[in-house]
Amino acid sequence: MSFLFKWEWLPKMASGLVVTVEVTATCIAIGIVLGVLLALGRVYGRRPISLPCSLFIQFFRGTPLLVQLFIIYYGLPNWGIRLPAFVSGILALGLNTAAYQAEYFRGAIQSVKKGQMLAARSLGMSLTQSIRFVILPQALRLVIPAWSNELILMLKSSSIIYLVTIYDIMGVSQKIAARHFNYFDVYVVAALFYLALVLIVSLLLRLLEHRVQIPGLGVHADRR
Amino acid sequence: MNTPLLKVEDIHKRYGNEEVLRGVSFEVNRGETKVFIGPSGTGKSTLLRCVNQLTPPDKGQVFLEGTEVTHHKSDINRLRASIGFVFQDFNLFAHLTAMQNVSIGPSKVTRMHKEQAQARALAELERVGLGDKANAYPAQLSGGQQQRVSIARALAMDPKLILFDEPTSALDPELIGEVLEVMIELAREGMTMLCVTHEMGFARSVANEIIFMEHGVIVEQGPPQQMFTNPQHQRTGEFLRKISELYGETEK
Repeated sequence: MSFLFKWEWLPKMASGLVVTVEVTATCIAIGIVLGVLLALGRVYGRRPISLPCSLFIQFFRGTPLLVQLFIIYYGLPNWGIRLPAFVSGILALGLNTAAYQAEYFRGAIQSVKKGQMLAARSLGMSLTQSIRFVILPQALRLVIPAWSNELILMLKSSSIIYLVTIYDIMGVSQKIAARHFNYFDVYVVAALFYLALVLIVSLLLRLLEHRVQIPGLGVHADRR
Repeated sequence: MNTPLLKVEDIHKRYGNEEVLRGVSFEVNRGETKVFIGPSGTGKSTLLRCVNQLTPPDKGQVFLEGTEVTHHKSDINRLRASIGFVFQDFNLFAHLTAMQNVSIGPSKVTRMHKEQAQARALAELERVGLGDKANAYPAQLSGGQQQRVSIARALAMDPKLILFDEPTSALDPELIGEVLEVMIELAREGMTMLCVTHEMGFARSVANEIIFMEHGVIVEQGPPQQMFTNPQHQRTGEFLRKISELYGETEK
């Protein structure tokens, strides 16, 4: 056995890498916005709001991502809703990560000291202002370490979208591998692509964490 | 006729089976400093929080310059903006510098222009002797400094009165003085203040009235001189003696 990966396959795989990055970035963006709203709904909402938020989170955390993807792509057309593969993939991944991120955000919001909200309200800030100017700026800093895991998981989980005919890293690799009957080499290179992405993302996240860090706030504060 | 600045009427508050406040009424005129004392768990802090509705009372009314704070239709955020609150554990916003802690109220609540709010914040920080700490984060300040920033934060809102909830209880003994100094200065400048504190030196030097509470009611109230030398209730005398021993009276 020798390594038979051909360099001319690389541009193809690089195009898959672009798709993976696009899909992941879009899903994470959806996940942040929706996740923060879900978390706020759970923490501050009355029952008519907090209950649907909880159910949403329970459903998307309690069922396999693959099943969710298939329901959206293969299932919804039975109801006359036909979404393009790319949209289906992003929707499934986005809703799924939103549920997970919501739980991280909720934990972070609840770990902001109770007195912070009291102080904000006592200044005359509304609940919304208090959340926006006092609670979220702290919670979003506290959440970064845990949230980084979710981003990395999502980056890797995005590989399942090749099953709905999207040519991401995995999709492209699968095609090349099948055509040239060279599974080992191609998938190893695919794995290296993911590994490289994960390392870059981890590095960026560490830079971000460092950049927004405030003395006395966050996980590092306890270790002093 | 002069309406009092603050009028509190028959406040009741219950937590579960425990009735923390059982009908408390008092009035405060402009420029007065009133000090609440009493054993822990008698509802002094709860009473302060009922004044600005951080804790809504079960029964009773609070009026600020004749406006009912407790009314369900009152604009509570606007009313709170004119009632300063200083917490026992400071509660400075952990992600903001001293300067930002003080300017956030004027800029976000009263919508003051940003530069104006910053100038105001710096002025208030200088007033409490912390002009040089404007860019420090709360975690980089001592407890006494944090509490002074929190007083500056309250002052920047041009409050009609300030509520102090045991402002020195969380401080190391050597840091208490710097906070009391600021408070004494404020009282002398005519700020209206309600303080829950056992600093009897402070009470003696600036309080117009000491209010002794126990088991959710006011037992006795009167000018410090009278409360110390000629209390009408035995419990008042006992309690004052005890805390005077404990806290000393080293204040000027």
